[in-house]
Amino acid sequence: MITKRIIPCLDVKDGRVVKGVSFVNLRDAGDPVELAAYYDRERADELVFLDISASHEGRKTMIEVVKQAAAELSIPFTVGGGIGTVEDMFQLLRAGADKVSINTAAILDPGLIEEGARRFGSQCMVVAIDAKYDPALQDWVVYTHGGRNRTERKAIEWAKEAVERGAGEILLTSMDCDGHKDGYDLALTQAVADTVQVPVIASGGAGNEQHFYEVFTKTKAAAALAASIFHFQEVSVGSVKSYLQERGVEVR
Amino acid sequence: MFAIIDYGMGNLHSVSKALERMGESCIITSDPQVLREADGLILPGVGAFGDAMYELAVRGLDSVIKQEAITGKPILGICLGMQLLFTGSDENGYYEGLNLLPGHVVRFSGDLLVPHMGWNWLSFKHPHPLFRGISEGYVYFVHSYHVQATNPEDVIATTDYEHPVTAIVNRNNIYGMQFHPEKSGELGLQLLHQFIRLAKKTGVEAR
Repeated sequence: MITKRIIPCLDVKDGRVVKGVSFVNLRDAGDPVELAAYYDRERADELVFLDISASHEGRKTMIEVVKQAAAELSIPFTVGGGIGTVEDMFQLLRAGADKVSINTAAILDPGLIEEGARRFGSQCMVVAIDAKYDPALQDWVVYTHGGRNRTERKAIEWAKEAVERGAGEILLTSMDCDGHKDGYDLALTQAVADTVQVPVIASGGAGNEQHFYEVFTKTKAAAALAASIFHFQEVSVGSVKSYLQERGVEVR
Repeated sequence: MFAIIDYGMGNLHSVSKALERMGESCIITSDPQVLREADGLILPGVGAFGDAMYELAVRGLDSVIKQEAITGKPILGICLGMQLLFTGSDENGYYEGLNLLPGHVVRFSGDLLVPHMGWNWLSFKHPHPLFRGISEGYVYFVHSYHVQATNPEDVIATTDYEHPVTAIVNRNNIYGMQFHPEKSGELGLQLLHQFIRLAKKTGVEAR
């Protein structure tokens, strides 16, 4: 059967990895391509590059990063952040990205998912959802613009709609759990993964190997993403995979 | 020289870089003359089957590929490129393929996550020159439709997604890989390398 995927995420600004990297064994830990190649050697299953550049120049730089990454990597990678048009998607896919991830733009114009899926196929259309629990509504609400703006949409309904419109994968980040290292948001992940028939990537909250085990055994998540714990070498991709394998979760 | 067929779809960059890393020269082209002169053709592809056939046809590349296949030139289809080698597909209606191998492309059915996305185990069905010196392992798949080959013997490797799924096909000079060898770590590169080696050998024999 298909294995559970472990996905490190790199935040890139103006062509440089910006946060949470403390590698001593890399020549240039700020170089996204070098860091990505390191994770490829570590047997990461995929990578996500999140472009947090604010400027037009920064975005152009990202295209160059993608070209270099495509030349260096022997595993697939997704690029997200600031993608607003089908032309943006085309540029990134043409440069060598395997998938593109859209978040705010999809909320503002859900038709973008359909356009992208029709032109490039659902398999490369990832819809990223930032969700936060609202105790009053007793439901998860979608946030945009990097978590700054609250929307009226509910996460589960939005995930369902995104898939109906052609999303091939959902990258689901729990804003409640992100950064706390207390584990993934199992309730949110399960609720979304039970609703959609496409792979769901759990994101936000990983602090140790056991958290990966929990999200894979207690929810239907197909993949789990983490950033700082890998970058700070608190856990390695290898140690996560060994932990999972010893407990009967199939990994590569 | 190997030619990667450019028809406006697919991730051409990764395949060409993978070949370059093996020290193999290749060219990304839609020029029929260059395709005719190449030692072997690689047909990549992502997206929808019907769109891909349309893009090939408007460039006149469907007939070039068919003609070159008849001459015995080695051809490798990757992912959607493999599906295009077959008779036809049910994706968004019914579309005819290149028909170099008999079989149909159908959507995954049942209680499965679709796309079939991620690393899955590649099982070799029987010894084959493509597998010489290579061990079974995980490779990266991403597809919502899969090939049902008319001739079971054309399927030389499968993977398991509730049911056996066609992963590698071969008949004579025609090869296809449903997974992405250029995105499948060391094993993927080994398989790509072995195709190149076999293709070159075929070329020498043909001369």
